Amino acid sequence: MNDSRKRLINGNQAIAAAAIDAGCRYYFSYPITPQSEIPEYLSLHLPEVGGTFLQAESEIASINMVLGASAAGARAMTSSSGPGISLKQEGLSYMAADELPALIVNISRTGPGLGGIAASQGDYFQATKGGGHGDYRIIVLAPSSVQEMYDLTIKGFDLADTYRTPVMILADSVLGQMKESVVMGGRKKSTPTKKDWALTGCEGRSPSIIKSLYLDGDKSSEHNRKLFEKYQRIQKNEVICELNRCKDADLILIAFGSAARIAKTSIETAREKGIKVGMLRPITLFPFPNQQVRDISTNIKDILVVEQNTGQMVEDVLISASENARVTFYGKPSGNVLEAEEILCQIERCMNKVGT
Amino acid sequence: MKQVFKRPESLRDVSFHFCPGCHHGIIHRLVAEAIDRLRIRTKTIGIASVGCSVFLYDYFDTDVCEAPHGRAPAVATGVKRVHKDRIVFAFQGDGDLAAIGTSEIIHAANRGENITVIFVNNTVYGMTGGQMAPTTMLGQHTTTTPRGRSFLGDGYPLKVSELLATLEGCSFVARVAVNNPANVRRARKMILKAFEMQVNNMGFSFVEVLSACPTNWKMTPLDALKRVDNELIPYFPLKVFREKTIPDKL
Ligand SMILES: Cc1ncc(C[n+]2csc(CCOP(=O)(O)OP(=O)(O)O)c2C)c(N)n1
Ligand code: SF4
Repeated sequence: MNDSRKRLINGNQAIAAAAIDAGCRYYFSYPITPQSEIPEYLSLHLPEVGGTFLQAESEIASINMVLGASAAGARAMTSSSGPGISLKQEGLSYMAADELPALIVNISRTGPGLGGIAASQGDYFQATKGGGHGDYRIIVLAPSSVQEMYDLTIKGFDLADTYRTPVMILADSVLGQMKESVVMGGRKKSTPTKKDWALTGCEGRSPSIIKSLYLDGDKSSEHNRKLFEKYQRIQKNEVICELNRCKDADLILIAFGSAARIAKTSIETAREKGIKVGMLRPITLFPFPNQQVRDISTNIKDILVVEQNTGQMVEDVLISASENARVTFYGKPSGNVLEAEEILCQIERCMNKVGT
Repeated sequence: MKQVFKRPESLRDVSFHFCPGCHHGIIHRLVAEAIDRLRIRTKTIGIASVGCSVFLYDYFDTDVCEAPHGRAPAVATGVKRVHKDRIVFAFQGDGDLAAIGTSEIIHAANRGENITVIFVNNTVYGMTGGQMAPTTMLGQHTTTTPRGRSFLGDGYPLKVSELLATLEGCSFVARVAVNNPANVRRARKMILKAFEMQVNNMGFSFVEVLSACPTNWKMTPLDALKRVDNELIPYFPLKVFREKTIPDKL
């Protein structure tokens, strides 16, 4: 069956539509801007496919409903923004420990505190370094177009099932509200894996248990080592990053998500001016493309990191870059959206420094 | 020889870790009896909470999911929404349910989630060493009310059953005790009824069990039994607060 279709929709709607296409039938959330189109879309369309939409009493409750639905073997999802994602961290830590798959969407907003609803990349640390308590990671995907909001949502569900881990889509209001035409469906169908660990009642088998409490030192070590080895496998196998116009470049700009999207325009203008700049765009933030950054910075020494925050991903770039690389950071505190011209200025400043 | 007493099939053949005189074990047994009676062991999914009953999965021979502290009703909601034809119960202490989990329990009840919650009210935080719980009695000495709980500053002991009974989503709300054989027999009936409500898709069912914690009450098990009668029941009356009948289902 070819159910491929093209639609002009915004990024939030693309995520919601992708969730349904990926076979997700359970969505639990609490209202917050700027992700409202996701619950609005799903409250309308999930019941049409026999799914469950539940507006919970809080983000804490909604992530725990996701935990329960996932433990029961279903593809489940929640979405929120900054303050709500903070409240979900308890559940995320438990789900990482319980090895439960789910998709969590963060259409982030400015923070700290109540912040504002403008674009922000200030949740990079929270998303990629664990976020909740304990020694764990979740997979973090950073779309930079409406098409990618759709595609990475489907991929996110698959990765979550494959590795039995929560997966986060990290975007912001620029990507959530932006409208673009999106090709939906048609591609290889996402296939929920068989979940023989799921709780279904123990008919015909011995009882299954989902838990994270290990009081015994050996068992606790064993469990945490198992998680660690899983994260190593993810780092080995699942890195995705886009290299754009890097072959002849004198300068590599590194940015993700909305910042990368805006920087693309700056790079085109720079190219028109004869400045040879290329872009490395991490699409997976965890696993971070450490090796790719290392490789490219071995050949091209000048690196410009651009973020809509005061410096978060740049730390991962600094850890990864080759010893001789010169890494410049340009961060715009969240509030006002990055502009292509200011990034162009930074590109020009870096290029003036090149060779000095 | 005729066998007159045996372990319920829904309990595993292991000994409880609970302190001597603790009522958690009796309550586990009554829940297991209800599950046996309704022949739903292989259809049942238990939700363990954080507290002395966290090891639910060591004792129940059913599927079990552990929930974060206070969140068992939300986890149970997620499980039940996926498996509408399975029986889902949560087992929660009074710190878990009546303090950190107040929001989750009220809203699960108000939505009429078709789950059963067994609420163990022992007037203290047992597992963490006997701190004040929302249900601690006025004047009761705990490790964090060394001068006794005072309503000035600490508030009054929370009557959860009475609160929940006001919610239309509840099919059944009752308070029971297990401190003497008559009370155990009554508790057995009420717990069975709560599970029956779920089996009949009647919505949220709830049984509060007054439970002894001799260790943190710093009493002998026998004195703890007496305390349930003398101090707890007068304030927390044993009662069916709400019971829907089958025609109410619509
Ligand atoms: C978020 C969080 N806060 C605190 C704790 C510590 N803690 C563990 S058990 C418990 C209280 C349990 O008391 P109760 O629910 O009354 O159950 P009991 O042990 O008395 O059966 C607390 C506060 C925790 N595990 N998680
Ligand atoms: S501390 Fe109290 S509630 Fe916990 S097992 Fe001991 S007696 Fe029971």
